[in-house]
This record gives sequence, C-alpha cells and structure tokens, in this order.
Amino acid sequence: MLDKLKLPETHYLNNGHGLASWLLTKDHKRIAIMYLISISVMFFLGGLFAVGIRLELATPQGDFVSADMYNKFFTMHGVIMVFFFLIPSIPAVLGNFLVPPMIGAKDLAFPRINLLSLYIYWIGGVFTLYALATGGIDTGWTFYTPYSATGSNTNVVPVALGVFIAGFSSILTGLNFIVTIHRMRAPGMTWFRMPLFVWAHYATSLIQVLGTPVVAITIVMLFVERAFGFAIFDPQRGGDPVLFQHLFWFYSHPAVYIMIVPALGVMSELISTFSRKTIFGYSFVAFSSLAIAVFGFIVWAHHMFVAGISTYSAMVFSFLSFSVAIPSAVKVFNWSATLYKGAITFETPMLYAYGFMGLFLIGGLTGLFLATLGMDVHLHDTYFVVAHFHYIMVGGAIMGYMGGLHFWWPKMTGRMYSEFMSRIAAILVFVGFNLTFFPQFIVGYLGMPRRYHAYPDEFQVLNVMSSAGASVLGLGYLLPVIYLLWSLKRGAVAGPNPWGASGLEWQMASPPPTENFAEVPIVDSEPYEYEHVVAGEKHLV
Amino acid sequence: MSNAVAHAQQGHGHAHAAHHPELRHHFDTMPQQKEAAVLGMWVFLLTEILFFGGLFVAYILYRTWYFDAFAEASRSIAIFWGALNTAVLILSSLTMALAVRSAQTNKRNALVGWLIITMILGAVFLGVKVIEYKEKFEHHHVPGASFVWAHEGAEGGAEAQTEANAAAGEHRQLSMTPDELQRTTQIFFSLYFTMTGLHALHMIVGIVLMTVITIMAYRGKFDAEYYTPVEMSGLYWHFVDIVWIFLFPLLYLVERHT
Repeated sequence: MLDKLKLPETHYLNNGHGLASWLLTKDHKRIAIMYLISISVMFFLGGLFAVGIRLELATPQGDFVSADMYNKFFTMHGVIMVFFFLIPSIPAVLGNFLVPPMIGAKDLAFPRINLLSLYIYWIGGVFTLYALATGGIDTGWTFYTPYSATGSNTNVVPVALGVFIAGFSSILTGLNFIVTIHRMRAPGMTWFRMPLFVWAHYATSLIQVLGTPVVAITIVMLFVERAFGFAIFDPQRGGDPVLFQHLFWFYSHPAVYIMIVPALGVMSELISTFSRKTIFGYSFVAFSSLAIAVFGFIVWAHHMFVAGISTYSAMVFSFLSFSVAIPSAVKVFNWSATLYKGAITFETPMLYAYGFMGLFLIGGLTGLFLATLGMDVHLHDTYFVVAHFHYIMVGGAIMGYMGGLHFWWPKMTGRMYSEFMSRIAAILVFVGFNLTFFPQFIVGYLGMPRRYHAYPDEFQVLNVMSSAGASVLGLGYLLPVIYLLWSLKRGAVAGPNPWGASGLEWQMASPPPTENFAEVPIVDSEPYEYEHVVAGEKHLV
Repeated sequence: MSNAVAHAQQGHGHAHAAHHPELRHHFDTMPQQKEAAVLGMWVFLLTEILFFGGLFVAYILYRTWYFDAFAEASRSIAIFWGALNTAVLILSSLTMALAVRSAQTNKRNALVGWLIITMILGAVFLGVKVIEYKEKFEHHHVPGASFVWAHEGAEGGAEAQTEANAAAGEHRQLSMTPDELQRTTQIFFSLYFTMTGLHALHMIVGIVLMTVITIMAYRGKFDAEYYTPVEMSGLYWHFVDIVWIFLFPLLYLVERHT
C-alpha cells in the first residue's frame, strides 16, 4: 500500500471520451470540472481589468486610460468577478463535486437541471462578453438608476441580461442542493452527521433561492425602463431610484454571503482535518451558517445610509448589521478551539485556512466600522469600503476557494501537486493580498474616494504599495495554474485519502468512479471522528 | 461501475423485483424520486413568489404615494375583460386538477382531454389579454414618449381636463394636477404591463409545458404509479392562476366603489 499507489482503471474522467461525452454529461463531477474551467477563465479576465485599474492608480494623474475607460474597467472587473466568478466559485465547483459524495449519494437530485445550470451560466457569460467586446459598460457593478436607465450610453442592456440569465444558473444550483440534501442522504446520514461543508452549502442555497429572484425582477424593471421607456424608477415621472437600491441590495447583500458561507464550510473541513480533531461545537458551527443566511437578508440598507433613508430605519439596519458579527465570530472562535491542542500540520490547504482566518477577521471587524452610522458617513464610497469588501471576498471567499481546491484536488484528479510550489504560492497570495488592500484602508480613511481614475499627490505612496502588492498577488494566482496543470500528468498518485481526512468523499477512489460508490454507504459514526479513519498514507511530493 | 446500479438497493429494504421504467438510476425508489420532484417544484415556486414579489413591493410603494393616479388609471381598464379572464383561469385550474385526478386513476383519455381543455382556456385568457393590450395601445396608455393621459369623461384635451378637474371632475376631488397625473399614471401602467406581461409569459410557458405533457400522456407515458410531470405542471399552472388572483383586484379594482 505504501509504495504502489495506482490510479483506478476506470473513473469519471475516462468513462467516456470526446467532447460530446462532456457536453452531454449528467455526472455532477464532470459538470463541476467544466465549471472549474469556465470560472477560471472568467477569473483571469476579471483580473485583467484589475491590472488596468492598478496601473492607472500607480500615478496620481489620469494618464494610463481616460476617465470613461476607467469607469468601464472597474465596472467590468466587478461584474465579472461578482456574478461570473465569486458567486458560482465554491458552490458550482467544489459543491457540485462534493455535496453528493459527502452525503453518500450517487448524484444530485436533478442531474439534467445541473447541466442546464451550466449552460445557462455560459449563455449569461456570452451576453456579458458580447457587451464587453462591443464597448463595455460604465455604470458600476451596482447598475444604479437613473444613470443606468437613462444616463449611460454604454451596453447596459446586454450586461444586465447576462447577469439576469446567470442568476438562474445560481438559482438552479441552489435548488438542486436543497432537494439533494433533503432527499438523497444515505442511510444513517442524519442531518447532524453531515459535514459542515454540506451545512454551509445548504445555507448558501437558501440565499441563492430566496435572493436571486429579487435581483432578477429588479433587472427586469431596469430593462423595461431602459428598453421600452417605462417609468418605474424614473424620478422625472415620480419614480424612486432609492427603490432600485433597496431591491438591488436585498439580493446583493445576501450575495456576499453566497460567496463567503461556502468558504466558511471549506474552512471547517480544513481546520478539522489538519488539526486531526473533531470540530469544536459542531452544531453551533452548523447553525451559525443558517444564522448568517437569515441575518444576511435583513441588513441590506446599510449600503444606503447616505442615500436618504429615514434615520429610524438606518438605526435598525445598523443594529441588525452588527448582529451578523455574532454567528461569524462563533465560527472563528470554534475553529480556534478546534485548533487548540490539535495535531496541527501545515500543508498548503492549511496555509490558506490560516490566511483565511486572519483576513476574514480583519474584513469582518472593519465591516462593523461601516455598520456604524456616524462612521459610515465618513467612510462611505471611500477606499475603506473597497478594502473591507476585498478582505471578505478575496481574503475570505477566494482564500477559502483556493484552500478547498488544493484540499480536494487529489480527489478530483487523483494526483498530488508540488507541495513546495503550492506553499510558495499560498504565501505569495497572503503577502500580496495584504500589501494590496491594507494600504487601501488607510487611504480610504484619509479620504480617497473610490471610482476615480485620478487622486491627489499625497495618496501616491499608499497607492503604489497597493499596485505593487497586486502584482505579487497576481503571481500567487498564476503559479497554481502552472503546478496544478503540471500535476495532471506528472503529479504523484494521491490515493483515496492523502490527508487522512474523515469525510465519506475520502472513501471513494481518487478520481472517483462515475457512480461515486459501488454500494450505497451506510453511515454509523459521527462526523470528524478520526479514530475510524483508515490511515491513508500521506503521499506528498 | 456498471454493477453499481444493480447493487444500489442493498441495505434499504425497499428493493422491488422490477424497477419502474421511469426510475432514474440515482434514486432508490419511486417514492423517493417523487418526493424529490415535489420538493424541487415547491422550491421553484418559492423563487417565483420572490420574483413577482419585487413588483408587488414597487406596487405597494407607488400606490401609497400616488393613490389618485392609481385609482384614475385603474378606472380606465375594462373590468369586464379582467373579470372574464379571472373566471376563465379559475375554470382552468379546475380542469387541471381533474387532469391530475385522471392520471391518478389511470384514465388516459380523460387525462388527455382535460389537459387539452386546460390549454384552450389558457389560450382564451391570452386572447383576451391581446384585446386588452390593443385597446391600451390605441388609447396611448402605454408608458413612454407617446403616452397621453386623458381624464375619462373629459374628451376635450388637456385644457378641458384642467377645467374638468377644477370643477371637481365626475367622480371625486383629485389632489393631483393633470401634469402630475400624466407623469404618475405612467408608473401605474408600467407596473400594469410588466406584471401582466410577465404573467402572460408564464401562461405561455405553461401552455408549451402542457403541450409536451399532453403528447406524453397520449403516448401512455403516465400511470397511477408515475404521473409526476402531470402533477408538477399542475402545481405550476395553479401558481400562475394564483398570481392572477392577486393581479386582478390590485390592477382592475383600485377604487371602483364610486
């Protein structure tokens, strides 16, 4: 067993060849791989716009691109990263691959709908890329009216339709997970034996299913106003632009939790596995995911404190926004308690997990600054806000995604990547990230507004730091492409359970067979019990 | 891999001697498969409620702000057609329920028949909607550049309207000037067209869906053990009906008692 690990003869990757066997597959694992490729392309496309932004901001003058072009850069960066990378990232790739085996199912409840969701994502992406190729859009990713309805003469309609369409991909994924988790669990897999990754995806799915339709109808209203000249938000005919903001943030604030909650689920798996300890306070961690999902729906107006909403509703929303910190803190404290006296090792996924804990902490606590009414007046629409949400979305969600990808890569491909290279990349990402975004807290606090292509000279040092950090961060994201692709051919064979982890997914072969399990597994133990794990030998390069 | 399907039943105690041909490989039993479909459909309908919900929120806000405009604009919609369509849709819900019942009791011809009647009623609804929309176009009641709000009973143009309004109008004292009405009634009609338009779109999807189901039913795909698609289409159809049950009073009956 030690020296002769071999790939299984047939697995989901070689069960059927040719393009049609992929494009017409109903296998959740193949769909996950296609999502992985698609969102990676989108990620690097969105990253290109970030490069443009940071190049422009390296100098105080607007000398690299025009102000109009800069508006298009940050809009396209936001639209692509939010709707086409972050929202599908963990659920559509890792969730699609792992939710069925983690609960002992052969597939999601609706495999054809799962494939449909991928096609819908592609169609939405085509609309957005078409808009990009024919001149882009400059409204900001929030599409605020009246500018988006009557002011902007860029491609608002195709982008809005692209986001509208991609939303249904997200809805269908969420719907599929909810039904799968309710109806497809293996015998003995009770709710409180499910991995916390699955709980996190259940909570995320609730947000996707309840929130996304609202942004869909908001886009429809924007569409009829822009395309047909209807009056819904138009202030000249008595409409209320603030209504648009309410409806938009009713989805788009919970959307932040669509991005971060699955990463919290990944974190629970990583922390437990690499400290070889049962997760501390399992049910608290499970319910805190649901609590974040519920609280997430009643805090949206904290994006609108300076938009002219009433003082009393602002006070209520401020208070409720603070309350989100409670379930978030429950998670961080429980992970810390899990680490306590654990047998901790520092493989690459764990490095990302540590990075996540620190960055999520800073991102979360600076969120409290912004939830404070008086403070928000000062910080609203400054780089402080930009830094805050990048700490959550990049420092949190993408760190979680990268950690998860490195953790389950041997399961998905059957092979190990270079441990040395991947540790270097993880450290580069952490250093580069902090160098990019920490200065933005300061420059924002000092008063630099977001969304301008020029700024006063005294902000240059901090902005140069930020641009320098961005190039380190970019390197940290490019390296994995190289060593992960390299591992596909040359990587050492991983075996079923290279990390000695406890979940059901590690009982499948790596890569798993199309049916996941030859026989439906019967679960008779609690989650995260490492004494039952047949020590799969660690097999690192 | 191939043997995995055959052994999938182990340890469940539900193993049947022969599988129903419609049992998908990743489910163990027909009841499990049906429960999954039913739950999935209800979750989908939940998303539909939130989808229409955004429009209802906008309606509530603007109706509160511009009640007079909503009342005036609502009076210009023909109550007869709306009431007729309400009756047609309620009837179609009944025929849809009878179709599901026919599937449960293995009556294939009755199933096909009720489905066809349901589709015809749906088509009648859409036909009436076309008549109503055409009327709106002819009266310039479609919001946008060519929108003209003419106060009913004051046919003499904008000047006459002002006089009519000054003379307290036919119905009641209006708190809005004709200019304000010209602007804010557009909000009502924007919501009217968006809401009824999306509803009509859902009806069209329903009819397409039901065409497929009818062909499947005609070919004998369904029996008492497997009629999930019929039931799912029924849930969808009833949902679309219920949306109309809300739209009718909100759009046609804003203030009809005077």
